[in-house]
Amino acid sequence: MKKKTRTIKVDYLARVEGEGGLHIKVKNDEVVDVKLKIFEPPRFFEAFLRGRDYKEAPDITARICGICPVAYQMSTVHAMENAFGVQLDRPLRDLRRLLYCGEWIESHTLHIYMLHAPDFLGYPDAIQMAKDHREIVERGLKLKKAGNAIVSMLGGREIHPINVRVGGFYKLFSRQEFEPLIETLKWARDAALETVRWTSQLTFPEFEQDYEFVALRHPDEYPFNEGNIVSNKGLDINCSEYEDHFEEQHVEHSNALHSILKKRGAYFVGPMARYNLNFDRLSPLAQESALQSGLGKECRNPFKSISIRSIEVLYACDEALRILEAYEKPEQPFVTVEPREGIGYSCTEAPRGILYHHYRLDEKGIILEAKIVPPTSQNQKTIENDLKEFVPKYINLSKEELTWQCEQAVRNYDPCISCATHFLKLDIVHS
Amino acid sequence: MTQSVKKPKVAVWKFASCDGCQLSLLDCEDELLAVTEQIEIANFPEASRAVIKGPYDLSLVEGSITTPHDAERIQMVRSVSKFVITIGACATAGGIQALRNFKDVNEFISVVYASPDYISTLDKSTPISEHIKVDFELRGCPIDKMQLVEVISAFLKGRKPNTPAHSTCIDCKRRGTVCVMVSQGKMCMGPVTHSGCGALCPSYNRGCYGCFGPKETANTSSLSSWHKKQGSDNDEILRAFRGFNAYSEPFRKESELHEKENTND
Repeated sequence: MKKKTRTIKVDYLARVEGEGGLHIKVKNDEVVDVKLKIFEPPRFFEAFLRGRDYKEAPDITARICGICPVAYQMSTVHAMENAFGVQLDRPLRDLRRLLYCGEWIESHTLHIYMLHAPDFLGYPDAIQMAKDHREIVERGLKLKKAGNAIVSMLGGREIHPINVRVGGFYKLFSRQEFEPLIETLKWARDAALETVRWTSQLTFPEFEQDYEFVALRHPDEYPFNEGNIVSNKGLDINCSEYEDHFEEQHVEHSNALHSILKKRGAYFVGPMARYNLNFDRLSPLAQESALQSGLGKECRNPFKSISIRSIEVLYACDEALRILEAYEKPEQPFVTVEPREGIGYSCTEAPRGILYHHYRLDEKGIILEAKIVPPTSQNQKTIENDLKEFVPKYINLSKEELTWQCEQAVRNYDPCISCATHFLKLDIVHS
Repeated sequence: MTQSVKKPKVAVWKFASCDGCQLSLLDCEDELLAVTEQIEIANFPEASRAVIKGPYDLSLVEGSITTPHDAERIQMVRSVSKFVITIGACATAGGIQALRNFKDVNEFISVVYASPDYISTLDKSTPISEHIKVDFELRGCPIDKMQLVEVISAFLKGRKPNTPAHSTCIDCKRRGTVCVMVSQGKMCMGPVTHSGCGALCPSYNRGCYGCFGPKETANTSSLSSWHKKQGSDNDEILRAFRGFNAYSEPFRKESELHEKENTND
């Protein structure tokens, strides 16, 4: 029999991006405290963006996160364009979607195959997993590479791309130059279909919660860069109203601010939120594949996020091919931007969920104020809530098994701690 | 599990950074499984929950030192490592977060956090070499993944890594890119920036912005006067040196000159 007080403690959470830990305290089989500790050191981006030129901002904010630099660049350029009253027309806008497809494929595939799948199959990492499942890991690496192929061509390089600017791009490619990418993506789309089938056969713990899902919703597209911020509980706002509805709290155990919905509390962003709120906007192939795999149009089990990420990878391959097959090289790589005094807002869908940016600029386009809310800081409270519900159900597991399951529960969210610190370590204390 | 041949043990450590440089290792999609047949990834939390105890033959260090705790942790890394290689601009020059070094950090904390008391941080973001002996510094924001593979194999074979220290400008000439500074009057850091990216930005119609930090013997003042002649104002030149390698000595000194010029005006 266990003692009355137990502590589950993970000093340094592995297979997440950045530094964090977990500390759970259980008293008489009841969870009394859960802390997702984020000790990733703060880097103060919002402070040193002050005084920088708007043109420099996409290159600087990219450095918040090496896993999803495109997301930071996209939120930045959209906020600046919002401030300056600029709108991009179809071909340039489509190219931004294409770049985002590349990042979703790369980031999601990394998480599916290298960070999350080893939990389901009982390996410490993908390299050990490759000893028994070499073909699967090789497929994952090749699929990830296909995502990176988009980013490194259109963006210039995989990490911290250099081709994004306010108003568009620095350089464009011809239809012919994109041809090899089309071939790569056709293979990737088949591999993504295989990935959906493979992940749907994994064993998932029974765990469903009544979440408030928050994601963008666009009139006719699965969301990347545009749309209103909506939820399954009635929220429907323009991104300029974000701060009226959401607030950030500074808690002692985390270098990442916790975001909450005012008067409502925790909410859930990321692939599962997007999927639940936008199933009807997925491509026919992605919808069909999701239903065939048994997912249903709605999913409330965060452990199944691995399957939903696979659907999004499939969608991103499909969408990238659609864009490339319809592509005609625009006349100009960018539209001219005239800076003016003002405020710009934007929200785009990073691989891990909505990424909000807000800038105040002077008449020359120099940044006076910046506010950035990354997806992981928005999910922190939901992750802690999940653990509060999850631990009592599995309290009879051995400490090693329970600790591993808690880590898996955190990894469901693909937390990116480097982003959230503007964020992770497991301490489960049984007292 | 038994292993007949002992593989060298490699550890990956993270300090203040964006994770991008260690991601470069996982981005070696074609080489990763082959590399792991040659080396044992003994401690790499981003990729594995298994930790094999040190000492390690090779430690790759990402990120800069920004907290009292990290200043202690880096000493531990040195003590358990045969070779220490820093990867990227944060570990090698303090990174973009070294912009705090030119300002009052308390002001920075209060801009970002509501309860500054909860935040433990040092007033400067410093490169690893300010704290411990470093055996090799690999440049870049981010590093180039093929250079990383080169450096790992060089160290494990006991030879010098082949990572030239000439300027990005030379790489640009080699690839035959038309000079964006001369032909389009664009501000470009290529003449003072260390080689490594393959002169990427000019091939995308934009000036280099110095991700790889200063080349050996960088003539920063000459470049500044060229930029001035081409119409850049003092603030623009100052900001150009205050990027991802702002705290590297040549870039720091140059930017401080321009800062002084501003206050004298």
